[in-house]
Amino acid sequence: MLQATDLRKSYGANAAVAGVSLTVNPGEIVGVLGPNGAGKSTTISMMCGLVRPDAGTVTIAGDAVGEDASAVKRRIGLVPQEISLYEDLSAIGNLELFGALYAITGSVLHERVHAALELVGLADHARLKPATFSGGMKRRLNIACALVHDPDVLLLDEPTVGVDPQSRNAIFANIESLRSRGKAIVYTTHYMEEAERLCDRIVIVDHGRVVASGTKESLRRILPATQVRRAEVEGPIDDEVLAFLAAHGLVVREAEARGSLEDVFLHLTGKQLRDAP
Amino acid sequence: MNALAALVQKDLILYFSNRRAILITLAAPILIAAFFGAVLGGPPKKPARVPVAVVDLDASSVSKSMVAAMKADTAFALEESSEPEATARVREGKVRAAVAIPKGFGDEATRALFRADAKRPQVTIYYDPSQAVTLALVKGLLTEHAMKAVSQAAFSGETGMKVIADSRAALKTSPAIDEGERKDLLSLFDSLERVQSRGAAPGASRGLGSQGFSMPFETRDSEVTSGGDRKYNAYAHSFAGMGVQFILFMGIELGVGLLLMRRVGLWKRLRAAPVSRTLLLGSRIVSGTLIALLLVAGIYAAAIAVFGVRIEGSVIGFIGVAIAFALLASTFGLLIAALGRTPEATRGIAILATLLLVMLGGAWVPTFVFPEWLQSATLVVPTRWAIDGLDAMTWRGLGIDAAVFPIGAMLACSAVFAWISMRRFDWEE
Ligand SMILES: Nc1ncnc2c1ncn2[C@@H]1O[C@H](COP(=O)(O)OP(=O)(O)OP(=O)(O)O)[C@@H](O)[C@H]1O
Ligand SMILES: [Mg+2]
Repeated sequence: MLQATDLRKSYGANAAVAGVSLTVNPGEIVGVLGPNGAGKSTTISMMCGLVRPDAGTVTIAGDAVGEDASAVKRRIGLVPQEISLYEDLSAIGNLELFGALYAITGSVLHERVHAALELVGLADHARLKPATFSGGMKRRLNIACALVHDPDVLLLDEPTVGVDPQSRNAIFANIESLRSRGKAIVYTTHYMEEAERLCDRIVIVDHGRVVASGTKESLRRILPATQVRRAEVEGPIDDEVLAFLAAHGLVVREAEARGSLEDVFLHLTGKQLRDAP
Repeated sequence: MNALAALVQKDLILYFSNRRAILITLAAPILIAAFFGAVLGGPPKKPARVPVAVVDLDASSVSKSMVAAMKADTAFALEESSEPEATARVREGKVRAAVAIPKGFGDEATRALFRADAKRPQVTIYYDPSQAVTLALVKGLLTEHAMKAVSQAAFSGETGMKVIADSRAALKTSPAIDEGERKDLLSLFDSLERVQSRGAAPGASRGLGSQGFSMPFETRDSEVTSGGDRKYNAYAHSFAGMGVQFILFMGIELGVGLLLMRRVGLWKRLRAAPVSRTLLLGSRIVSGTLIALLLVAGIYAAAIAVFGVRIEGSVIGFIGVAIAFALLASTFGLLIAALGRTPEATRGIAILATLLLVMLGGAWVPTFVFPEWLQSATLVVPTRWAIDGLDAMTWRGLGIDAAVFPIGAMLACSAVFAWISMRRFDWEE
């Protein structure tokens, strides 16, 4: 569906993106994982025609993406890294405006707007202004605004920055349901756990270059086995076990109860979304 | 709803959802126009009396009748005082000028009326240099009343008879005059003496002798405005001026808003949509024009309802000027966004440029008080077209033909602004 080939972009002497290629198929989530300044946002901008690449091409189902008002742009939904909403227009007003920009009108617009609100769980807040929303609600509306025109390709640039685990899980569920509807999804992040949990394939970028790519399993195999210093054990770790490990020159720095801290957090606070009343 | 309509609707909602800002955009021009209007004339009224002081050092019958006549003149508010006090009043700005009638004025002036060689009394006029135009006014007033009082004295009473007798004696002995002229002048004096003695007789009809010379004409003062019962209303001009100024400020805010927009993610979202750049910028022109028009309507609604301003000329012309100006203000804002770099720097420079433009356009003081070269130089200033156009359709009461030039000029200017903006606007900061 989406095909980016050898994208390059420099700002002065700084090569923001220096040869990134990736392919995304329908019903697939490709994670672009990289630290700050790796070139993730620049890559996304080139894929939706906001930034003209110095070299390389982007096509969607074979049609080249350009800077113009071409029809191919209708097939892309962009969720910018910053929350990009009109704070003084109601949630529904924002969705209707972005729908209208993609030539969606009348009853179709009405249906799509409500479906998008429903998906991100904001149907009860449709008439309120984002200015009154919590960070998590804004993030979800930020995603909904890219869905009204029902794009085939969804570009999500760090869509979960600054949200609580409840909203994050809701967003993950939304994205998974979009995948199941056959969307081709690009998801950038610098959180490994996110990439691990959500993505079918992962492209790791650094300094504008792809340093590795593949499925989670194939990426794990890159690490030599001797480097593995982490083991998960079933059952209690008692003094006997610790003594055994010490005898083999191993130090236990940290012992974790079963499940992650997030599991504990969610166990204590529940999965209910924390939207403003 | 298509993309353009949606974008324009969004701009209008965002602009008008900020009620406090709207109130300020509307209240500021109305308050300032009310102030300027009140200071520069207010609603229709009679010309004010000019305050003038008079010092009568002569206290003769001639000077006294002169002062009495000046007091009766409605053009002036006359106060009598001593010379030092009068000059102090001028210095303080309490009176515009002070007239000092010297000692011996009555006698000397009457004599000087008939004899070229006689000593002329000197009347001093102290005037406020910041009000120099009143000097001519006071001179004119003085001439009228002095001529009347002096000639009255010359043709009647004791003074007159004595002056004629003196003049006759001087004429008889003067060697410089030829015989024929001497004879004619002597017979003129004879007739004058006859007039004087007739005026002095009891029960005599009041002829020339008792009245002196008077102005050989009278004036009827008629204001030239839109005619009918309507009179010039200074508010009409001040509302045009302040309306233009503040609506241009609104244009700047829209332009700066666009520059700020370029910094946020929303800008990416708009540009990622399949709409052309022309449509994105065009929607800003349309919404800016509509906002400006609504502001014009609000400002003039107050001017009409509260300050008695009337559209005395063509209503269609007025609407045309308003639309053309609204378009001008909107494209001006876009031009600023296209030429500016950062929003902060752009706002400062734009406000300065706008103040200059509105000053030269006559928003603060009407252009007719400018020196002549400036009046013709400012003919190319777009704000002048707007203000002249609004003036023409309001208090000047001119027809639609007077609106054609301002409308055409503003539309042409808007087209140039829009064209430059579309070409020059940077899509990224
Ligand atoms: N418009 C620009 N002008 C100049 N340099 C830029 C511009 N946009 C990005 N860069 C530079 O390009 C590099 C990549 O930036 P980019 O925003 O793509 O990184 P990122 O991976 O999205 O980072 P983050 O995780 O912080 O969002 C950075 O060094 C950045 O400073
Ligand atoms: Mg980024």
